[in-house]
Amino acid sequence: MKQFLVFVRKEFYHVFRDKRTLLILFGLPIMQILLFGFALTSEIKNAKIVVVDYSKDASTQKIITKIAASSYFTIERNILSYDDMDKAFKQGKIKCAIIFPSSFNDDLKHTNNASIQIIADASDPNTARTLTNYLIAIISNYQTEINTNVQIPYQIQPELRMLYNPELNGSMNFIPGVIALVLMIICTTLTSVSIVKEKELGTMEILLVSPFKPLYVILSKVIPFLALSFIDLIVILLLSNYVLGVPIRGNIFLLLMESTLFIITCLSLGLLISTVTNSQQTAMLISMMGMMLPTILFTGFLFPLENMPVPLQVISHVVPSRWYYYIVKAVMLKGLGLQAVWKQTLILLGMCVFLLTVSFRNFKIRLA
Amino acid sequence: MEEKAIICKDLTKQFGDFVAVNKISFEVNTGEIFGFLGANGAGKTTAMRMLCGLSFPSSGEATVAGFNVYKQQEKIKRHIGYMSQKFSLYENLSILENIEFFGGIYGLSDKQLKEKGEELVNTLGLQKEAKKMVGELPLGWKQKLAFSVAIIHKPKIVFLDEPTGGVDPITRRQFWDLIYKAADDGITVFVTTHYMDEAEYCNRISIMVDGRIDALDSPTNLKKQFSAETMNEVFYELARGAKRSDN
Repeated sequence: MKQFLVFVRKEFYHVFRDKRTLLILFGLPIMQILLFGFALTSEIKNAKIVVVDYSKDASTQKIITKIAASSYFTIERNILSYDDMDKAFKQGKIKCAIIFPSSFNDDLKHTNNASIQIIADASDPNTARTLTNYLIAIISNYQTEINTNVQIPYQIQPELRMLYNPELNGSMNFIPGVIALVLMIICTTLTSVSIVKEKELGTMEILLVSPFKPLYVILSKVIPFLALSFIDLIVILLLSNYVLGVPIRGNIFLLLMESTLFIITCLSLGLLISTVTNSQQTAMLISMMGMMLPTILFTGFLFPLENMPVPLQVISHVVPSRWYYYIVKAVMLKGLGLQAVWKQTLILLGMCVFLLTVSFRNFKIRLA
Repeated sequence: MEEKAIICKDLTKQFGDFVAVNKISFEVNTGEIFGFLGANGAGKTTAMRMLCGLSFPSSGEATVAGFNVYKQQEKIKRHIGYMSQKFSLYENLSILENIEFFGGIYGLSDKQLKEKGEELVNTLGLQKEAKKMVGELPLGWKQKLAFSVAIIHKPKIVFLDEPTGGVDPITRRQFWDLIYKAADDGITVFVTTHYMDEAEYCNRISIMVDGRIDALDSPTNLKKQFSAETMNEVFYELARGAKRSDN
């Protein structure tokens, strides 16, 4: 046991004296989270909008209040004519306009069917699409409200029809994916590099000639990184929650346990990489590039898996981060419990045991 | 203590069709400095790895420090020290931390570690550098330090795999002083080398060619046997017949 502690202490010396390791360990996750959270967010805040209200009644007023209350829009001013609006668009003063026809309220009350025109500045197609989506969401929200306890449902038809995005917060979907990506890269890179480094230096031989058992060599290599990755996880969660405003709705304990399982899986993957490579560069390349690409492609947080060709969908099943992403989304964002994710947890557990066994066997074979 | 530190009988290691070590037999006496010579690829390292408990022999018998290489690898590991041609201390740990680490994994107590650390630093004259990172030391000092660390747990036998590669002649001489001192303390030294002047320092040497041991005796006797002036000539004489070359 004491030998073990001596070893673990040595590993911590290595980590804290190597600037490169420290940078990967703490710089990378913070940078990634902030980059994905802020820079790559598809969310637009405080877009200037013009409301042209020809109807001027209680129901239009309610919708306008809702738009004003949302953090996505700032109502610029009430322009009454089409011409003024046109001018404002041309000058780039507004990004979006919503027009209530004069018959809006009458149509709604008498025929239960009214329409609204939404105009967006399409010189930036992405922004335009996002903004119209927000507006449609707000309108349909209003529609649901007035439809409670009525026999014939009211219908408000926005003239611009776009795909409906139920989650209005843009960075929310990214975060679980980024957590998976960051943990995957850090755990595999640091473990594989730290073991291969000992091979390169020749110290691994010395360790194997010593009475210290190979299993303990592996364990004492992995445990410090387990602890450090766990700290990383906490940092990421704090950043997501307090800086990016992503809520943790589910049981935090469950989330941490699932994450630990994923971390161990990634560490074993790093271990496996270290048994098949002999240079630090190769180990680094495999863990960084080799892991990053499948994680980004096959996890489903940037590219929807459902739209992929079947062979690629099949491949995505062997990517551990795919399952972890599902679990984090379910637990963190939807607030679900273990009963909702036990299947994914079992798959992840299976992968973890498999990788650990294979890498440990590989490690032993190299000794013989 | 056993009379013989190492006993080998028909020790063989085969990788598929390739016989890396072919039925070698020899004995090493306790307290002896035993030189293990041979060209690159002759099978030295493979033989050494079997004796250190890093790989199992294909056939034959061997005992190291009285323990069987098949069944008692763990016990062997407890009683040997090892230093490879690659420098093998941690560069980003200080001298004392390296001593603590390597002593620690051999199970030395804190008190022993402290004593050993002080003793070692004093013998090598490194008092001022004790807290410095090993990476900052010149190569010669690193090698001497690595050797001292390899015998920190007072092993019965220490295996040195080309320990003086890339070191200047003066430092090599100093290194051999350390080896002699270890031998005086009763540690058996098993050393591989490419330097023939170093071969002369050994009590006895064996020369491996193509996986076999073709000669084994004291340097003086070998020179007589091959009617050669120097060990260099003896080595050339034997190595010329080798069929295996590097790679």
